[in-house]
Order: sequence, then structure tokens, then C-alpha cells
Amino acid sequence: MIQNNPIGRLIAHIILIVGILIVAFPIYYAFIASTQSLQDIMRPPLSLLPGGHFWENYTTALFGGIGRIGGVSVGRLLINSTIMALAIAVGKIIISILSAYAIVFFRFPGRMVFFWLIFITLMLPVEVRILPTYKVMVDLGLIDTYTGLTVPLMASATATLLFRQFFMTIPGELVEAARVDGAGPWRFFKDILLPLSKTNIAALFVILFIYGWTQYLWPLLMTNRNDMTTIVIGLRKMISFADADTEWHLVMVTCILAILPPILVVVLMQRWFVRGLVETEK
Amino acid sequence: MASVELTNVRKVYAGGVEAVKGVDIDIKDGALCVLVGPSGCGKSTLLRMIAGLESITDGTVKIDDKVVNDLGPAERDIAMVFQNYALYPHMKVYDNMAYGLRNRGMPKDQIDKRVREAAATLELAHLLERRPRELSGGQRQRVAMGRAIVRNPKVFLFDEPLSNLDAKLRGQMRVEIKNLQRQLGVTSVYVTHDQLEAMTLADILVVMNAGAVEQIGAPLDIYEKPASTFVASFIGAPPMNLIPVTAGESGLILRDGTRIGAEGLAVSDKDAVIGFRPEDLEVATGTESHIGGLLLDLKVLGVEPVGAESYVYGIIGGERVVVRVAGRSVSQPDDHLRVIIPGEKLHLFGGNGKRI
Amino acid sequence: MASSTRVTFPNKVLPYLLLAPQLAITIVFFYWPASQAIRQSVLREDPFGLSTQFVGLGNFKRILSDPNYLNSLQVTVIFSIATAVIAMGFALLFAVMADKVIRGKGVYRTLMIWPYAVAPAIAGMLWLFLFNPSMGTFAYMIRSAGYNWDPLLNSNQAMLLVVAAAAWKQISYNFLFFVAGLQSIPKSLIEAAAIDGAGETKRFWTIIFPLLAPTTFFLLVVNTVYAFFDTFGIIHAVTGGGPGKATETLVYKVYNDGFVNLILGDSAAQSVILMVIVIGLTAIQFRYVERKVHYG
Repeated sequence: MIQNNPIGRLIAHIILIVGILIVAFPIYYAFIASTQSLQDIMRPPLSLLPGGHFWENYTTALFGGIGRIGGVSVGRLLINSTIMALAIAVGKIIISILSAYAIVFFRFPGRMVFFWLIFITLMLPVEVRILPTYKVMVDLGLIDTYTGLTVPLMASATATLLFRQFFMTIPGELVEAARVDGAGPWRFFKDILLPLSKTNIAALFVILFIYGWTQYLWPLLMTNRNDMTTIVIGLRKMISFADADTEWHLVMVTCILAILPPILVVVLMQRWFVRGLVETEK
Repeated sequence: MASVELTNVRKVYAGGVEAVKGVDIDIKDGALCVLVGPSGCGKSTLLRMIAGLESITDGTVKIDDKVVNDLGPAERDIAMVFQNYALYPHMKVYDNMAYGLRNRGMPKDQIDKRVREAAATLELAHLLERRPRELSGGQRQRVAMGRAIVRNPKVFLFDEPLSNLDAKLRGQMRVEIKNLQRQLGVTSVYVTHDQLEAMTLADILVVMNAGAVEQIGAPLDIYEKPASTFVASFIGAPPMNLIPVTAGESGLILRDGTRIGAEGLAVSDKDAVIGFRPEDLEVATGTESHIGGLLLDLKVLGVEPVGAESYVYGIIGGERVVVRVAGRSVSQPDDHLRVIIPGEKLHLFGGNGKRI
Repeated sequence: MASSTRVTFPNKVLPYLLLAPQLAITIVFFYWPASQAIRQSVLREDPFGLSTQFVGLGNFKRILSDPNYLNSLQVTVIFSIATAVIAMGFALLFAVMADKVIRGKGVYRTLMIWPYAVAPAIAGMLWLFLFNPSMGTFAYMIRSAGYNWDPLLNSNQAMLLVVAAAAWKQISYNFLFFVAGLQSIPKSLIEAAAIDGAGETKRFWTIIFPLLAPTTFFLLVVNTVYAFFDTFGIIHAVTGGGPGKATETLVYKVYNDGFVNLILGDSAAQSVILMVIVIGLTAIQFRYVERKVHYG
């Protein structure tokens, strides 16, 4: 070990602490604001310590109903976001693992064509086909439905490519051993492939949950009704910086409620998430 | 128990490569047949065709007198031990062994009985609750064997099962596999590229080269009467010395032009190869008769003492040869020795490499 | 001999069934709309939507000579470069420091990854809340120091704010990759450099930084893609492309022209141009992947 220089390490710690401050401060500040009264928020500078309105603000936001977003409760928006994030994460994992399984473990006419069809979707993010996609959704009657919010986002190349890459590292002998042991494609998938993919699935789950939760353009387009939209869009609708009527203390509570679930998922599942992230993008 | 019969078995890959070119092998019930050859000779492909893991382009594979060409691996009643063991990494040793039985719907208590019996035979009883990554190479090897044994199949197939073990363990496992196979009496096909392994294990040895069978027979028969220069150089370590010669009016002409008398030696081909095992040379003291044999001049290049014996490396007629001498050799580099190959130890091959 | 071809199952129908869900979604929601975008990009609809007319590359020509579009292109480039450089610079600094400390590594990492979970739009709102002229604490401090701060009216300040929010959110991601990249550099190389008499700073610039180049390059592409596409929420929530058109990025403009101004042909042509940009960036990214760089 050559870096046993205590002063250098001290400087490193200081820089890291400053870094943490930069990174965490906006979130901390939102939390502080969510515990203050509206009057205190409107009179900067804000105290750096939590105020005394924690319970009051949080219960009002959760159970009081907020006029700005059309009388829809924050709870409803949180449920919508949760449904969206979970459905996208689970749906995408299922769809991707199945197609990767087909592409890696079977040989059939058109295999490479299908692979490329999936691969090319990498180059077609929602943002480049906004309007026609919207039109398809309208024609199919999917606006303001959970199906519309989730299903179109379930197919994408990244997850399929990740599973494909992982499946290709599984030794052929293992497949052969399973075949000799009398396992057909379904048994092999259920008894061997799925258990072996556990960590990959966990990692992808975290990444996709965040992906689903933080969607913005999609729910903005796909929902008109306030009770079908997500917490992120709801929050956007609550805010008007020009408007003096904005109830900032409740907005900040909503803000904290909107970022807490994904942060918990990331922090609690950190081990898989970090591994998965670095490997996915390899 | 069952016999295995291959008739004119061929494998042609989609790209047109012919990996196996019409192989006929008959393996009697309970015999251990070893397929040996250099990598790429088609021996693994052949084994995988018997297993049902590789489709059969042409010919028939019979197990127990029944054609199995169109049966899947699970329906052929075979068990296989893989080169990298192919243990299911997420399953305990017990489950690894039980998996195939469960898939066949065997009752639990019977599975348990079989697994425990096999574990006892292989001294794995204390490892049943471990996972493969917690085992040593030798232990994994045993689990792979165990997985094959519990199935009580008609045929065992081994695909280079010892190639990932170190030399000492390999020797040990070789003996164990042989004993186990005898004890269970299950017909077995064993693929290896290691000729020593092949010699020591085989009841019937099949030497393969470039997709075709070069020779089939008992190991010692093959050692003593190799059917071709390929077999001669592949079986035995150090390999047989091979010296190309041209048959002249009065004897043989070596590559470097040396003429040697070859009385009583019938060489009909113009181009031929003479071969002799390293242990079959005698140093001439001047009085022996070499009628029917050959008297040659050997220039010593170097000597390797390995303990009980020594290898003398040298040149005869421009070709490098090895001689095995008991004990220590007194030869020095640049020494010239007169050596005799007795007639009965001499192997003769025609210009096409086939034994004459 | 391990055969080089993949071991597979012999079924003929099953693979199609397995692929069906993904293909169905892909075709209905990706290929169909994308082909519509391409079709519309060469058509022009009259203002009442009564008739359409084929105009060839007309829409593209008009867009590319439209000062608003060129402005938007310029905004996007400035925004992307600034975001990528700031996000990567900070992340690299923190990663190098985190590589140096012995205690507390895990804690630092845990605290460092939070912003990854924050939606870009919310990141924008958090920063706007801090710097909002009427009540943001930082805005108050800047004003107290005598500067005229109003990101809602001043274009440069607006750009600064969205760049800060966008970069802030991306630090976590870059940090994780730089940490992984640093860990994959063999310690023996750094020790050899130390024996060769290189000091700490010199070691960083001559050994560590060059060896991190693959990671850096990869992140540059990823951050560019992020700044181009994923930051729509930040712009939409914070500035709405304003003041003026100072923060109107390409993606924001596609949205705005299509949904707010309802100019279908232009919006479609812009979509097609964006598609070309994504294809270019993806191609670069995959060329890089082919070089098989491994992270520890």
C-alpha cells in the first residue's frame, strides 16, 4: 500500500464530505421545507434544521386532498407511480428473459432477423417518435389506462441484451447435462436458468423500477385525467412559481414522497443495483 | 445393461464439414470402450451422437439392440460425465444427483435411497449438503460420477472427465473409474486424448484420426501391432520411432543416404517407414546376429535420466529418435553407438502409412 | 473438444412463442410509429388537416434553415457538453477520492447514489426551489451578495440552472462507473509508478487517467444521450424552454411543435433527425463495446 499518507486521506475525506453535501443537499433542503409552515418557506433564508410542522404537513398532504391536482390525493398518485414502476419492471423482465431465452437456446429460421428487430429498438426512444406513438395510443384507446402507461414501455432492447449476454456465459455442458437428466426447455428454464439468473433479475429490477418511476414524457402524454397520472407529473402540475397560491409546504411533502420510494429501493438493494448497473452497460 | 452398436455413423455439419466419416464400432455388454485421438478427430462428436446431443447424419446407433437415432438424450437411458462436470451450481450435491431421477418421476423415498447408496459408494456422504463451488476438483468429479451412477443407466458416457484434474489425482481417479465400472458392469464409452488413460482403462480401444477409425482392438494388441504410422506415433510414450526409408536393390536407403543391409526383411513398397519402440533397441556389442533385424548407427544428442530409466535422444539416418535404457546411461552427447533392432520388434509401414 | 456452436434445444415452435410478446409490443409501439414519423416527415398537411401533400425533403429543408431550429440545436449542444463535463468532472474527483480513503467507502457510496433515484423533472424542481428568485434560499444569498439573480428571466442563468440540475442527477451514475473503472486498474501498476518516482499527481495524470480512458469515453456517450433525451423533464418542469427560447432543446422542440403548435410535418422531420443522432451515438457506443473493456 503506497497511499498511507494521512494528510492526503484527510483531504480526500473532506472533498468527499463536500461532495456528499452537494449531492444530498437539495434533497435534504426539500425535506426541511416539507416540515416548515408556508409562511416560513416564503421568507428565505430557510432554517437548516427541520421545523415543527412535520405531522401536520404530511397528514394534510396525504389525507387532505390538494386542490391543485384536481382533488386527487397524493396517495392515489403514489399508487399510480407504484403500479407503473412495478408493472414496467416485472413486465420487462419477463418479456426480455423469454425472448433472450429463445434467441440463445434455440435455433430457428429468422432468429437473427428477430434479434436485430429487437436490437434496433435501442435507437428508437420515445422521444424520437412522440407524435405518431401518441396517435397509435389514441387509436387503440389506451390513453388514461394502466395498459397504456405500462405495456408499451415493457419492450426494449437493453434488458434483452443483458439476459442474452448472461445466458451466453452459461456453459453448453450444463444444458446438455440437463437434457441427459430429462429436462426439456421448460424444466431447464424453471429449474436451472431462472435460479442462476437471480442476481441479474434483482439488479435489473432495481434499474427498471427507477426507470418506470422516473418516467416523465410518457405519462405526460398518455394521461389526461389527474387520477391516472403519476406522482412526478402530479407534482409538476402542483407547481407554479409565478403563482402566490402554491402551497409550497405541501408541494415539498409531495416531493419527498415522490423521491422516497425509488431512493429506498436503490439504497436497500444497493449491492445488486451497483453490480447490475455496471454490468448492464458493459 | 446393454450393448452399443454403431453402424456406418456419419456426421456432416451444416457447413459441409464431415466430422465423423462412417464409423463402425461394436461394444459388448459391460465393456469399457475408450475413444482416443488428437483434438478435432471427431471422438467427442461421436460420443455426443451416442448421447443424443448431436444429430446423426447417416448410419445407425443401437443401444441394447434398439435403434435410438431419433430418441432424445433423456429417452436413451444413458448417463454422461462431462469434462467440466456440468454440475448445477445453484443446487446442493444431493439435488444435483437427484435431479434426473425427479424429472423421471421416481418416488421420493426411492430417490433418497439411490442417492445415499451412490454417495456411500463414492464417499460423498458427508458432502451431500454442499454446493458445487464449495467442493475441490476431485470432489466435483465424484459428484459428476454420482449423478451418472444414481440413474442406473444402460450406458455410461464419459467426455474427458479427468482432463481438469492435476496429474496425481488423475491417476487416482483413473483407477477408481475402472474399478467402479467393473463393479457395476455398465457398458461405457469413454473419450480422452490422453493415450496413457486410454491404454489403462480400455477393454476395447478405438483410435480415431480425422473423423475416421484408425484401429480398434485390445490396448496391448494395438500397442504391439499398430495398424498405421498414426496409431504407432499416438499410442505409447515416448512414441514409436519412425524412420522413412526407400527400398533399394540391396537393402534400405535412409533419408541421409545411408545404406543399410536388410537381410531377411521383405520390403515390397518402394517408400516405406520402419518403426521401433524406444525400449526395443539393443546396443550392439559386436557379436549378436542381426539377421532379420537392423544394425544402425546412432549419434547421441543428449541424455535425460529420469530415475529408474534414462532416455537417450539421438539421430539415426537423419531422423530424431528416442531410446529407453534401464537405469543410468553412460552415453555422452556426440557418442556414436551401434544399435540393433531385432527383427521381431520391427514394425514396417507402407508408403500410405498402413502396416505391411 | 468443446464445440464452438451454442448448445440448443431442438423445438421448432416454442422459440416463436417466447419471442411473441416482445415482438408484438415492438412492432405496434416502436416500428409502426417510427415508420409513421418517417412517412409524415415527407408530407405536409394543410392547416385544417383536410389534405396532405408529398413534399419530399421540403420539411427538412425548412427546418434546417429555420433560425429557431438552429438555435435549438445550439442550445442542445451547449447544454449537453456542459452537463457531461460537469457531471463527469465532479464524479471523477469524488471517485478518485473514494478510491483513496480506507474507512467509510461504503457510506460515501450509499450517500452518493441517491440522485440516481430522483426523476430528472424532480431534480429540476429541487434546484429551482433552491434558486427560485422569490423564495429560494440560495437565490436570496446570491441577491444579498449583490448579484441580480433571476433564472426565470435571464437566459444564461436559466441555462446554468438546468445544467446544474441535469449534471447533479447524473453524478451518481458516473461516480459508480469511475469507481468500478478505478478498481479495475491493477494496483501493481500504480506501485510500479511509485517506485519509478512518480508523485501522486503525476501518477494520476500519467497512469490512472489514461487507463480510465475507456470508462471516460463510454460515459461521455452515455451522458450525451442522457443530456439529449432524458432531460426533457427538467426543461419541461423548470423553464418550459424559456426564457425566450434559451433552453429549448431539440427534444423539447419536437414535443412543443407537435403537441403545442401542432405542426405535424416539422415535428416528424425533427423526429427523424433525432433518430439519426441516436443511431450515430449508439453506433459509437457499440464500436466501443466491441473493444471489450472490462470493469472490475
